[in-house]
Amino acid sequence: MGQIIVMTSGKGGVGKTTSSAAFATGFALRGHKTVVIDFDVGLRNLDLVMGCERRVVFDFINVINGEAKLYQALIKDKRVENLYILPTSQTRDKDALTKEGVEAVMDELRKEFEFIICDSPAGIEKGALMALYFADQAVVVTNPEVSSVRDSDRILGMLAARSRRAELGQPPVIEHLLLTRYDPIRVERGEMLNVNDVLEILAIPLLGVIPESQAVLRASNVGVPVILDDTSNAGMAYADAVARFLGEQLEHRFVKPEKRGLFSRLLGRTA
Amino acid sequence: MMVLKILDPASETLFSRLSEKVRLAPNFFRNSAVVLDLECLPETQVCDFGDIKARLRDCNLIAVGVQGGHRLQHEAALRAGLPLVPSGRPTRTDNRPAQAAGQTVPPPSRPTLVVSEVVRSGRQIYAPGGDLVVTAMVSAGAELLADGHIHVYGTLRGRALAGLSGDTTARIFCLSLEAEMVSIAGLYRVNEDFTPEIVRKPVQICLKEGYLCLEPFFPVGR
Ligand SMILES: Nc1ncnc2c1ncn2[C@@H]1O[C@H](COP(=O)(O)OP(=O)(O)OP(=O)(O)O)[C@@H](O)[C@H]1O
Ligand SMILES: [Mg+2]
Repeated sequence: MGQIIVMTSGKGGVGKTTSSAAFATGFALRGHKTVVIDFDVGLRNLDLVMGCERRVVFDFINVINGEAKLYQALIKDKRVENLYILPTSQTRDKDALTKEGVEAVMDELRKEFEFIICDSPAGIEKGALMALYFADQAVVVTNPEVSSVRDSDRILGMLAARSRRAELGQPPVIEHLLLTRYDPIRVERGEMLNVNDVLEILAIPLLGVIPESQAVLRASNVGVPVILDDTSNAGMAYADAVARFLGEQLEHRFVKPEKRGLFSRLLGRTA
Repeated sequence: MMVLKILDPASETLFSRLSEKVRLAPNFFRNSAVVLDLECLPETQVCDFGDIKARLRDCNLIAVGVQGGHRLQHEAALRAGLPLVPSGRPTRTDNRPAQAAGQTVPPPSRPTLVVSEVVRSGRQIYAPGGDLVVTAMVSAGAELLADGHIHVYGTLRGRALAGLSGDTTARIFCLSLEAEMVSIAGLYRVNEDFTPEIVRKPVQICLKEGYLCLEPFFPVGR
C-alpha cells in the first residue's frame, strides 16, 4: 500500500509546490513509483512547476465528479520514469473536493503508487484540510520567520486533531520539518530565525534545510523541478532531504554561510 | 482592567467608535486587556464572541473575559476563549471566612486534567472545576484555562488563565515562561510587561495581596 504524504504549511508562498515537485521527482529518480496531486483547486500551479501544463486534458476534479477515469487524468512525466502528475482544475473552487470523492481517488492511487504526494493549498480551510486528511506522513514546509513558524504550529495541531488517523484513533501522522528559503547570511545577521530557533518552537524532526536560491525561480519558470538542477544548492539540498526521508543519514548542508574564496572576496559581494 | 459594556453586539458603529478612541491614545490602549460586560444584553441574545474578539484585536485590544450576562452567553464566550471573570476588580485581600479551628470541612474535590502532548497554536484546553497539568510545551497562540492551578512542564508560550471562576488562590507554574499573557482570577499580565529576570525561567505566578506576582523559582545567578 502506498504512503500518502502531504506538503503543508498554513502560510502561503513558503515553497509547498516547489517542494512537492522536488520530492515527487526525487522519489521517482530513486525508482519509487510516485504521483503528485495538486490540491490547490482554482490556483493551478503544480503543472507549471512540473512543466506539463500544455498536456492537461482532464483533472483531479473531473475524476472526483466521475467525468473522467483516473488514468485519463494522470499525466506521465516525460523526463523521469515512474513519475505522474494529477493536475487540478483552474475553474472550480475548493468545494469541489468532497471527502468521499477524494477518498475514492486515494484508494485507487494507493494500489498503484508507492508515494502519493499531496500539494496542499495555503490556509487552514477546506482545501488544506482535505489535503492533509488522508495523510500517513506530513512534510511541514516552513520559512525561517515567526509568522510561518506560527502557522506551521497551527497545522501540526490540525494534523494531530483533524486527520483521518486522528479521527480513527490510529497511530499519528508522521511529521517532518522542511525549512525552506533559508538564507544563512541573513540568519547570521539576525534577520531570520535560525534552524535551532525553529526546531525549539515546533519540536519535530528536521528533514532538511533548503537554501534560498535563484535556481528555484529559474527552474519553475522553465517547468523543471529544481531537484533536477544538481549543480544548484537548492537542488542538492532537496536530493539530501529525499534521501533522508528514505532513511539515509546525511549531514545538513547549506546552513552556514559559504566561505568565500580570495577571488570572490576581491570581487566583493555578489548577490 | 478595562470594561467594555456591550449594548448592541450588532452595532456597526461600536468598533469604528472604539478604534477612534484607541487612535487618540494608542500608547495607553496598546494591547490592553478588556473584559466584555454583558449585563445589558437580554438573556436570549447570543453574540459572535469570536468576531468581537477579532475586531478588538484589530483595535489593539485583547479580550480576556466576560462579566455579567447569562449561562448560554457564558458558554458561547468560553467557546471563543473568553472565560467568565468575577465582576469588578478582585478584592485586595483574600476575604473568605477564616475556618474555625477543629472544623472538618472536606476540601472541594478538584478533578485534574492531564495533557501529555504539545498544545499547538489555535488549541484551547479548559479544566472546569480543577487543575490543568500539561507535560509538554504550549505553543504561542494556544490557550490554557483552569478553575484551579495550571502546571506546564515545558515552555509556556501561549496564554494561561488560572482561577477562571475567581479562585484567588490558584497559581500558574511553568518550566520556562515565554507566555503571551498570564492571568489569575481575572488579574492579568501581558508578555510586554514581563521583566527580564522571569523570561525563559522557571516561574510561579500567584496573587499576593491582590497583586499578580511572577517570581522565578530559583533566584537569578544561583
Ligand atoms: N528555496 C527557494 N529559494 C528561492 N525562492 C524560492 C524557494 N522556494 C520557493 N521559492 C519561491 O517562492 C515562491 C513560492 O513558492 P511555491 O509556489 O512553491 O510556494 P507555495 O507554498 O506552494 O505557495 P502557495 O501557498 O501559493 O501554494 C515561488 O516564486 C518560488 O519560486
Ligand atoms: Mg502551491
